[in-house]
Amino acid sequence: MVKKVIMKSYLGLILLFMYLPIVVLIAFSFNKSKSRGNWTGFTFKWYEELFRNSQIKDALYNTIIIALLSSVIAVVIGTLAAIGIHSMKKVKKTAVMNLTYLPVLNPDIVTGVSLMLMFVFIGTFVKMQMGFLTMLLAHVTFNIPYVILSVLPKLKQMNTNLYEAALDLGASSSYALRKVIIPEIMPGIVSGFLMAITLSIDDFVISYFTTGSGVSNLSITIYSMARTGVKPTINALSTLMFGGVLLLLFIINIRSDREEKKRKSIKTGGMEV
Amino acid sequence: MKKKWLSYPYLVWMAIFIIIPSLLILFYGFTVKDEQGFRFSLQNFYRFCDPIFFSVLFKSLWLALLSTFVCLIVGYPVALILASKEYSKKTTMSMLFIIPMWMNFLLRTYAWLTLLEKHGIINSILSFFHLPTINILYTNGAVVLGMVYNFLPFMILPIYSVLMKVDNKLVEAAQDLGGNWVTVFRKVILPLSLPGVMSGLTMVFMPAVTTFVISKLLGGAQYTLIGNLIERQFLTVYDWNFGAAISIIMMIFILISIAIMSRFDEDKGGGAALW
Amino acid sequence: MSENQQIILLQDVKKSFDDSQVLNNINLYILKNEFITFLGPSGCGKTTTLRIIGGFEKPDSGDVFFEGKRINDLPPYQRKVNTVFQKYALFPHMNVYENIAFGLKIKKLDKATINKKVEEMLELVNLKGFQKRSVDSLSGGQQQRVAIARALVNQPEVLLLDEPLGALDLKLRKEMQIELKNIHKQTGITFVYVTHDQEEALTMSDTIVVMNAGSIQQIGTPQMIYNEPKNAFVADFIGESNIIEGKMIKDFTVEFANRVFECLDKDFSENEEIDAVVRPEDIKLVSEDKGMISGMVKSVTFKGVHYEMLVEGQDYVWTIHSTQMVEAGSRVGMVMNPNDIHIMKRMG
Repeated sequence: MVKKVIMKSYLGLILLFMYLPIVVLIAFSFNKSKSRGNWTGFTFKWYEELFRNSQIKDALYNTIIIALLSSVIAVVIGTLAAIGIHSMKKVKKTAVMNLTYLPVLNPDIVTGVSLMLMFVFIGTFVKMQMGFLTMLLAHVTFNIPYVILSVLPKLKQMNTNLYEAALDLGASSSYALRKVIIPEIMPGIVSGFLMAITLSIDDFVISYFTTGSGVSNLSITIYSMARTGVKPTINALSTLMFGGVLLLLFIINIRSDREEKKRKSIKTGGMEV
Repeated sequence: MKKKWLSYPYLVWMAIFIIIPSLLILFYGFTVKDEQGFRFSLQNFYRFCDPIFFSVLFKSLWLALLSTFVCLIVGYPVALILASKEYSKKTTMSMLFIIPMWMNFLLRTYAWLTLLEKHGIINSILSFFHLPTINILYTNGAVVLGMVYNFLPFMILPIYSVLMKVDNKLVEAAQDLGGNWVTVFRKVILPLSLPGVMSGLTMVFMPAVTTFVISKLLGGAQYTLIGNLIERQFLTVYDWNFGAAISIIMMIFILISIAIMSRFDEDKGGGAALW
Repeated sequence: MSENQQIILLQDVKKSFDDSQVLNNINLYILKNEFITFLGPSGCGKTTTLRIIGGFEKPDSGDVFFEGKRINDLPPYQRKVNTVFQKYALFPHMNVYENIAFGLKIKKLDKATINKKVEEMLELVNLKGFQKRSVDSLSGGQQQRVAIARALVNQPEVLLLDEPLGALDLKLRKEMQIELKNIHKQTGITFVYVTHDQEEALTMSDTIVVMNAGSIQQIGTPQMIYNEPKNAFVADFIGESNIIEGKMIKDFTVEFANRVFECLDKDFSENEEIDAVVRPEDIKLVSEDKGMISGMVKSVTFKGVHYEMLVEGQDYVWTIHSTQMVEAGSRVGMVMNPNDIHIMKRMG
């Protein structure tokens, strides 16, 4: 099959293009020489240097704390919002949804500078310095819409009578929310949370404009290091981050695989009766 | 379910962190600051009407369009092959195209910096074979390469997911009605995949036209696209009024291009409804 | 009937959504232990009426009484009413046991009592031993039974059923109809049933409430509704009918299809314009010369038990059901008895 060979080699070529830079980066994180032209031997010294670098350690700490905090806050606000939006009438719903799409469609740089103007504006009334808090608020802001957009479809799929059925059986409305609706939309909440964490870890542009007073996350640190030239410690950092991402993906995949299997076994179990 | 009030915290949050900031951009764009404070003025926009700034805007739009076009030409066949029924390992393969996106995009861009350097790997290999070295780092070529590399998955994935939904029976019906490979593609697959192409175009063009990172890393410190111009106004020159005005101008161009693209898009679903 | 006790009373109930009036002055009482069915086409307001009784909607005006007490503002969870929802609304993340025990757990009953009650209920709906099964793994009919058990375990005074059999195939529907009837008999609970299927309503109900466009058209026993439809809508909705315009000449005498017929109706004004209704199975086919009216058979369709024939008369095409077949194209005579001719007031 000539066609198949052509197809496969085309995909191979594109994948080579996608992965070659990453592979080279990883390989040269173990290179003794500081220049990338030649391989002078295997070493871990860039990793050692990386772990000694307090700037990077601080940035990593900020990145993780901001990702977790902003995702948790976004999940709480966003999930409640999605339930509220779901119960709105059509006209109002459309208006709110357009507002929700706004930060998703807005270019990051515009979101970044407008939030920066906003924080400076607030700073004229209350004493507030740009830094950790402003970056956190910015991250919550761009995370919420993604939570809403992943929870809403679950609400739409849900049988509209579930909530009423719970009330009918004697549940108060907060009991019905906790015991029926939230468990029912849990998959959407979880995927919204994971998405928020990823976006937060990956964000550079908005963080760049909304931080200050020396607070930086990994992206900002990488940017300032890369601007001053190529450093092997960044290669080491890239390798670790890429490994981390692969591990995370692997875990998520296994988890969803297992769920899929569980669901399938239940379905077939029902067929036997 | 009478639970509208559950969304109030969100609405308050969005009012503070989306609506007020957007209004501030408009405010700064249409004012200038002097001794008496802010006053209404169109001066920022007049200032932009300068050949230097026009050439920056033109260059940004041109490079973004070029990158989008390259992404389409390179990415469409990928999506087509992945979605074709002869290809069995779909999920693993599409996963392979997603994984690089999970890597921090600064690192992805940085990787090309190491590859393209004067004494970088590509040139080392070339000189090892006694071939002439290339120096595309800090040129338009490097910037376009960086954009294509970063945004290619944004083109492949939407087209792939639309093609996956195309009912294979339609293709068979077209073949049954006497269409050859080219006709089936032109008359059935291509039109049906257009919504995916449109969202792919938007998803590549938008970040490409607004980037300031790729241009700064691969184009060099002095390389200026509209994103760099905005960044400089806010973080170096501290001329926020002019920066806000440029942002507004950029948004207008983005809105126009999205409007043009969604006109071609018959399937008026999802976010397109906003425009 | 008068010695029976009223359990629910709706008085002048009105309800509109946005700008469209969904319920228009509903007046209706429901007796204890009866099986009452709201019947009508989709959008007629039958489900809304049910939801007002259940407490999921509030009437814009008018009152709802439960055992003599006004319950307009009582939330669903304080009403002695439980609902079997359309498409069941079982909680997918809970198993059969947890679904049925949901209401009992809220009442904080002890575990032994809950277990016992759940088991009793499963026995009642023929699902013994299904406690641990996930609801996803059940067939449509089984899910239906769980939904009924989940509602009944709370010992409601009234069970509301919103098109409960709508998602089942025909054979299963028939089985479940019988089973529901049995459960009704065994438990003695008042059943309020909503359906758009007239056959289902006729076989199951003690009382049928026919609704259309937000108004009650007729309330009566299945026999009354079928044999004495109050107007053309009811006649047309309950089974097929021949509805012919005519006028009432005097008491017991009516004119339609260019002929005068004897009938059992009276109390119309003289020469009042009316609609006459004759069921397709009430028209007997005879030879042309013996018929009251005559016509030509246009088409014959075999319907399983009977033949359906369309007979073209002078101004009207009659639908006739008969076990005898007459060849298409032949001319026939038609005979109808006075008690098969139903006279209805002409609708606006």
